[in-house]
Amino acid sequence: MNYSDSFRDKELVQGLARRIAGMTKGLSKPLVFMEVCGTHTMAIYQFGLRSLLPPEVKLISGPGCPVCVTPNSYLDRAIALCRLPDVIITSFGDMLRVPGSSSSLMEERAKGADIRVVYSPLDAVQLAAKNPAKRVVFLGVGFETTAPTVAGSILAAKAQGVSNYFVLASHKTMPQPMAILSADPDLQVDGYICPAHVSAIIGADAYRFLCEEYKVPCVVTGFEPTDVLQGVELLVRQALAGESKVEIQYSRVVRWEGNAKAQAMLADVFTPFDAPWRGIGVLPGSGLRIADKYAGFDAELAIPVQVEELKEHKGCLCGEILKGKVSPFDCPLFGGKCTPESPVGACMVSSEGTCAAAFKYGR
Amino acid sequence: MCVGVPMQVISIDGDFAMTEIDGVKREASLMMLDQEIKVGDFVIVHAGFAISKLDEEDAKATLELMREVYSPELMG
Ligand code: SF4
Ligand code: SF4
Repeated sequence: MNYSDSFRDKELVQGLARRIAGMTKGLSKPLVFMEVCGTHTMAIYQFGLRSLLPPEVKLISGPGCPVCVTPNSYLDRAIALCRLPDVIITSFGDMLRVPGSSSSLMEERAKGADIRVVYSPLDAVQLAAKNPAKRVVFLGVGFETTAPTVAGSILAAKAQGVSNYFVLASHKTMPQPMAILSADPDLQVDGYICPAHVSAIIGADAYRFLCEEYKVPCVVTGFEPTDVLQGVELLVRQALAGESKVEIQYSRVVRWEGNAKAQAMLADVFTPFDAPWRGIGVLPGSGLRIADKYAGFDAELAIPVQVEELKEHKGCLCGEILKGKVSPFDCPLFGGKCTPESPVGACMVSSEGTCAAAFKYGR
Repeated sequence: MCVGVPMQVISIDGDFAMTEIDGVKREASLMMLDQEIKVGDFVIVHAGFAISKLDEEDAKATLELMREVYSPELMG
């Protein structure tokens, strides 16, 4: 789109940064804002936004990437499934390199497992339709942006009578971890840069309870540098005024009520469950699994497998990183034992992971 | 993972639209969209689905407002 360049306009970006610096000059304690979206993390590193901001404003990363927060136990099950001779695993690319307890999907593929990267879950349904003798399993991870696309694939499979399509579902929903982090006394968050496309689905109203219960300002922000900085300015303004409300900076896409149709698809196909988050633990009601009426599409129920015993990776600080408590540079493995080419932890795998972004773009 | 890309709708065929950005074409399911769209509109496409309409007028207005408020001349 031709105006995406305009949202990167250097003068505009600098003007915004200067204004933020003016507003916060001389604050005795820096304001700490957390972005909970991996794409924001990437944008902040890529455009060097931290270096444009004054020392009075600190940006920290939270649990923003669905690949990063997917626990080993999920990968171990996917790996067990891919070892079955009649199973084809389909997935978005990022999942392949995430290490499970003792292997990764990439390693399994090198050993001959049939694992394919697809662009859309609908492609996986087509693959199943073309391979009736196989069982095609899609790895359904992701937040509220991705979950409805997977719901759509199940509805499409049902409508087309494709019965050899399955989803290994462990979708996560965003507001719960934000509530947990807000309640954490060790963590001082003065405001949230709320995810952009998650909010397009759930609507900005979904964050209202955070403002009310935890008195923390929330601004839904787009991904361009001017978007992020304008979002930061709105957060600064709220923080200085002692306010806590939801604002939408990204109004060209996000509405207060969100996308009703996508929400209805989520409610139809999935049921909330207590999902495990890497490093954070089990958060009540923070995940989406397949609802009973679509149980025939649930890989976990329909394809029983023996899953290996869970092992966590020694020394990896992903858990603390996902909670915003430490930065990648605090991890002794960062850049040495752990690099994007041979990641130890999930945060180094996905391009949206905090460690990967820090590795690529530096401080 | 859920990076949505703004794409322009170039044709609509029932439940699907053909969309394009910078010469790259992609089919997108309209199953999830709860807003009316027509050829020429911009949508955010994620994993094969149009998830939201992109309001071009609003984008332009946002930019103009930013320019007014944050221009270096005005800020001194
Ligand atoms: S759009 Fe979704 S997956 Fe992508 S970074 Fe944001 S929250 Fe994470
Ligand atoms: S640098 Fe590697 S080992 Fe350390 S926290 Fe990040 S992903 Fe884990």
